[in-house]
Amino acid sequence: MVDDGLSIEELKGKIGVEGPPLVYEIEKGMIRRFAQTVGDLNPLWQNDEYGAESGFGNIIAPPTFVLILGFDQIICQLTQNPSQTVLHGSTELDCYQPIRPRDIITVTAKIAGVRQRESKIGRMAFVTFNIIYKNQRQEMVAKCRQMAIIR
Amino acid sequence: MTEKLYYEDVDVGDELTTMVKQPTSRQLVMWASVSGDYNPIHYDKDFAQSRDLPGIVVHGQLVGCFLGQMVTDWAGEQGRLKQLTLTYRRMIFPNEPLACKGIVTKKYIEGDQHFVTCNLWAENAKGEKTVTGTVVVILPSSGL
Repeated sequence: MVDDGLSIEELKGKIGVEGPPLVYEIEKGMIRRFAQTVGDLNPLWQNDEYGAESGFGNIIAPPTFVLILGFDQIICQLTQNPSQTVLHGSTELDCYQPIRPRDIITVTAKIAGVRQRESKIGRMAFVTFNIIYKNQRQEMVAKCRQMAIIR
Repeated sequence: MTEKLYYEDVDVGDELTTMVKQPTSRQLVMWASVSGDYNPIHYDKDFAQSRDLPGIVVHGQLVGCFLGQMVTDWAGEQGRLKQLTLTYRRMIFPNEPLACKGIVTKKYIEGDQHFVTCNLWAENAKGEKTVTGTVVVILPSSGL
């Protein structure tokens, strides 16, 4: 965990620097909890028998599930600073293959850019992260670009 | 699950089946736990108000997942969500109905893959678009 949020200047100094890899062992319970939180009752995410008879041979995670992997670690670099308000700006997700129970997903993230702008309500900064998700076979399962707004 | 959806079944201008959600503060706490997004603007009213917000706000990414759910419900098990983009445009408050909507904007074939793109949005009770986005899905072809 990062104890203190980073200032804009510190964030700029980290552009292009890859953070430590974050490793997640995917279990059915995680997928189920995600689906239940979203209120997505598709049996393909939760029902073993249904999954077994599907083309996937097992339940899979919904495509948006990957967004939660590492999100806390990545975003807490920003939100731990009490003087800053952090809002989510945008998400761009590319999916290459579904995540399955027992996959081991490694998440690596780096800050791709920090842009500052003066606005009516003061100075704002736009921080973009590039995130890559690979499985235990080193195959890329997804990549994502997240943009946060700091004011 | 819906019936199997084929590329040939889809036309530009088709609407995805609207899905209405009404996120509760309980759901925001669940999302904070699932996603690890403990930004207090999502659960601490005093904190949110100290940041010039009227109250706690819904996580944009949770609404993004609602839009993703609408797409996977529509595209069915044979469809593949290839790319999803989301822009968080407006604050969303808990206990307000959100209508998740989508419309097909383009269809094309590349190699042997059949692509459909849609615009997506989550509309609040005032009809304002809160989260907007696009999705690219690959659908099976019926060969017809």
